[in-house]
Amino acid sequence: MTGAQQPSNAPAASGRGARAAASDFAGRHRSMTIIVGLAVIASILPLIVTLPPFSSFSPQVIWIDGFTNAGVFVLLAMGLNIVVGMSGLLDLGYAAFFAIGAYTMAYAGSPFGADFPGNVFWPMLLIGAAVAMVFGILLGAPTLRLRGDYLAIVTLGFGEIVPLVILNSSKFTDGPNGIGGIAAPEILDFVFPTVGNPWPFYVTMVALIAIAMILIYRLQDSRLGRAWSSIREDELAAAANGVNTVTTKLLAFALGASVAGVAGVFQSAKLTLVSPNLFRFDVSFTVLAMVVLGGMGNIWGVAVGAFVIFLIQNVFLKQLNIFFDAVQMPFFKDVDFLQYQFLLYGIALVAMMLLRPEGLFPSRRRRRELHTSEDAEFGEHGDPLGASPE
Amino acid sequence: MSAPAASSSEPNAPILRARAITKRFGGLVAVRDVDLEVPRGGIVSIIGPNGAGKTTFFNVVAGIIDPTAGVVEIEGRELIARPRRTWLEAFLWVTPAVMVAVIALLLGVQGSGESGILLAGVIVVASLVTTLLLAIVRPAWYQRGIARLGILRSARPNDVVQAGIGRTFQNIRLFQNMTASENVLVGMHLRLKSNMGDHLVSSRRQRREEEGAARRATELLELVGLPGREDELAKNLPYGDQRRLELARALANDPILLLLDEPTAGMNPNETAQMTALIGRLRRDLSLSILLIEHDMRVVMGISDRILVMDHGERISEGTPEEVRRDPRVIEAYLGTSA
Amino acid sequence: MTSTALSVSQNPFVEAFRRQRLGPYLFVLALGLGVFFVFGPEQFVNAMTKGAIYALIALGYTMVYGIIELINFAHGDVFMVGAFVSLFVLTNVLGQQGPAADPLVMLGIIGIDILVTGAVMGIIGVTIERFAYRPLRNAPRLAPLITAIGVSFILQNIIQIIYGPSPVNTPQIIPPTARVQIGDVSIGWINIFIISVSIALMIGLQAFVGRTKIGRAMRATAQDREAAQLMGVNINRTIAVTFFIGSALAGVAGVVQGLYLGNISFTLGFQAGLKAFTAAVLGGIGNIAGAALGGFVIGFVEVSAAASGLAVWSQAAVFAVLIITLVFRPSGLLGQQLGERA
Repeated sequence: MTGAQQPSNAPAASGRGARAAASDFAGRHRSMTIIVGLAVIASILPLIVTLPPFSSFSPQVIWIDGFTNAGVFVLLAMGLNIVVGMSGLLDLGYAAFFAIGAYTMAYAGSPFGADFPGNVFWPMLLIGAAVAMVFGILLGAPTLRLRGDYLAIVTLGFGEIVPLVILNSSKFTDGPNGIGGIAAPEILDFVFPTVGNPWPFYVTMVALIAIAMILIYRLQDSRLGRAWSSIREDELAAAANGVNTVTTKLLAFALGASVAGVAGVFQSAKLTLVSPNLFRFDVSFTVLAMVVLGGMGNIWGVAVGAFVIFLIQNVFLKQLNIFFDAVQMPFFKDVDFLQYQFLLYGIALVAMMLLRPEGLFPSRRRRRELHTSEDAEFGEHGDPLGASPE
Repeated sequence: MSAPAASSSEPNAPILRARAITKRFGGLVAVRDVDLEVPRGGIVSIIGPNGAGKTTFFNVVAGIIDPTAGVVEIEGRELIARPRRTWLEAFLWVTPAVMVAVIALLLGVQGSGESGILLAGVIVVASLVTTLLLAIVRPAWYQRGIARLGILRSARPNDVVQAGIGRTFQNIRLFQNMTASENVLVGMHLRLKSNMGDHLVSSRRQRREEEGAARRATELLELVGLPGREDELAKNLPYGDQRRLELARALANDPILLLLDEPTAGMNPNETAQMTALIGRLRRDLSLSILLIEHDMRVVMGISDRILVMDHGERISEGTPEEVRRDPRVIEAYLGTSA
Repeated sequence: MTSTALSVSQNPFVEAFRRQRLGPYLFVLALGLGVFFVFGPEQFVNAMTKGAIYALIALGYTMVYGIIELINFAHGDVFMVGAFVSLFVLTNVLGQQGPAADPLVMLGIIGIDILVTGAVMGIIGVTIERFAYRPLRNAPRLAPLITAIGVSFILQNIIQIIYGPSPVNTPQIIPPTARVQIGDVSIGWINIFIISVSIALMIGLQAFVGRTKIGRAMRATAQDREAAQLMGVNINRTIAVTFFIGSALAGVAGVVQGLYLGNISFTLGFQAGLKAFTAAVLGGIGNIAGAALGGFVIGFVEVSAAASGLAVWSQAAVFAVLIITLVFRPSGLLGQQLGERA
């Protein structure tokens, strides 16, 4: 159902023909494309960072570690994309599910909790997803009937409450200290190193992203994905066509939450600690910015957008600081770019909505969606009689 | 939805029977005590001046609004009525969790240490989640039990669709940013049976079903006169084609009754004639029953078996086109608008 | 469709009596009395003061939602910026560092501060609407919500960059030590001032929306934008006025916040915003009297939670109020029960 295009036959357009044929192939063998594509990217990135100027910023192992951390946000963005991009439900408290997944892993793997050894990581990926999903259902069930604006506020409140509860339930969560000593993942007898060798975590993250992508793409192209789109477009019409809007929205919410749960479990195991500070509104907002900037609804776009934004946030802004300090340029050396980053996000969000709502990496279709209405003012696409009863 | 009433197995039984439908919005009575029957395979039109309550009535039948009074039956089965005791249902959802909590407290859980409290907390949450899921999924046994408690929950729009009713809207409500084919596929939502498991593993059953669905969508598009337009975005279609697409979408569910809200609004005489012919063809070829709201008198007089005339929320007249045309009350309220 | 239009009673008490909707008012009264007797008169006054501030902010939320059905996420931050603008006016422009000597001078200073801050915030509000919301009036629902969040962050960060991340002290022109003695209860003048100014403004707003031509235009636009336009109402100007008033009121709230607590920080808007929005919803979104009522209720709830020793949970308590309201009575205290479920 991906609307394959006809390759053009004209010789002058053979470039476009090849591209169309390629996207046609990719559409039919999607999973393979994803796996191969990610494998290629995952292999190239470590090589690129050995080249200048990247090599002068940090050694390769630090870069790889950074990529892995970026991967956590890629997962988060893909999960939020299901809720915001595909279904049109504005969730402003997404970090809460991230926190829930993280703390679930903490309970399983640290001395504060059950203190299981590292190979609990693998089942915990599923369990953390399930726990986050339950909370998604708990939050969603009473509130998904609300209009979009109200849902946004309620999720915002939830996103505020969860870290607050964590912070203040010292008996259960060790409050502001967080929980430490979480076991790193283990396979057979090999324990993932948490410092030094970044490769095991890196490879695991790439695998997780690949699996998530494949599954999410399948959902998007299925009956459920169409139902999500229909709800985003016109909820009443969707219901009038048999879509059970309540269960469908709840599914979006629950699945989105479960992806955040997986990301949380991974992060806990990698950092070997959790603390409420990691899950504040900044995180929810950043992930939302990633989804919006990456192109809402476009899975690859969101993933790339998340990756790019994370790098900008954690690498380039720092590098700009270092650079301007070193160069001692009069105005810029006093500027702390890190402080400005949320200002930039805010401006970027506003600018995006006004100028390029399809995001930085839109699918071709999404750009059609958002721009063709202007062209449709005139000519054959317009209403010939000007009599449509709108 | 309550248990089926005396199910009508007679072939002449009306497909839709609305009795004494009343809808009150605060102090405003939009629809007052309106009866209507749509015979099987028949076309019934509702006409009346603007603000007569036609669309409100329509919306009640379509399950978008709950009636203040009255009952709507589809094929003899009561589908829509004034909700009763809905508070009781909400009460049922919360009760198990509350009971568990109370029992836990009575057993002295607060003194049994952290793990005890945690366990109790988990059980309370689990029971809450279970009842919430029950409330959402609504399996048949749950619905029967609910009905036996006298709780009546009027049909929601998607329940109405399940009962075999398709509808179009006065202001076209297509999924603008989805293709024509995808719009029709959403219309087929209840006909497609693949579930989450099928989606995730992209099973053969799913692929077969999707292919079949795509073929059927193409057929439907051809049927309404939009051949080959599968991949066009709905919002790029010309106005008349959008109306046709909405019709195709409504047909996708194999309905037994179609509700059409001003299907020829905004059309020129040519398009109107085409649409009218299409509606007639649909009734004939697909054995559909059709209920429509219309303003264009040529359409109404030309195609209807029976006409219901409304004004100020009340039923002024009902009968065959000839009877209605001559009814003095209709002439008085409406002054023979022969658009 | 739903009726969230801007609704105004000529005289709220007479109206409620006539429509037999005394219920909500009695409820709020009961709550207030409860706070008074359980926690004491000082806490009651405290609650009324906080409630008055929330009410002022809630008015902006409810008016904007009533007229364009948008939750202005940036509104809480308008309040916050107002507090800082007031700080600027007081310290840099008027050169005040602390309480003034003479009560008349105090009132004069505060008066100027309120006027200037209100005007500035009103202008800022109109500017935000003009550039971030108006172009998206016909865009899908999600778009203006996202820009609102963007604007919110922009405002927060600008203030953070200028004033730093830590709380900043503000001059308390009416010192907390200036109190009036009623029996054995001592009430601060600042509290009396805030409560009376707020109530005066709310009554003024009620009268404005109910009786002036612009107010009528606002109500008409809220009910049916197209029809209003066909009647000759200038929609853009009407919406701009709405934003101006709402933002100005939020600015005044910012002024009194600084005067009351003596310190402000850039995170003020985020927290207060959520509570004020809850107040607006609780009272019935789109309903001006409702926003006022809701504000006081939230004040009561918050102070009750804090005084019970559950200070950290007061945020959760307010959130619980929001959820309960939205799930069980989405039309709020003064809204109408809607029979639809579209």
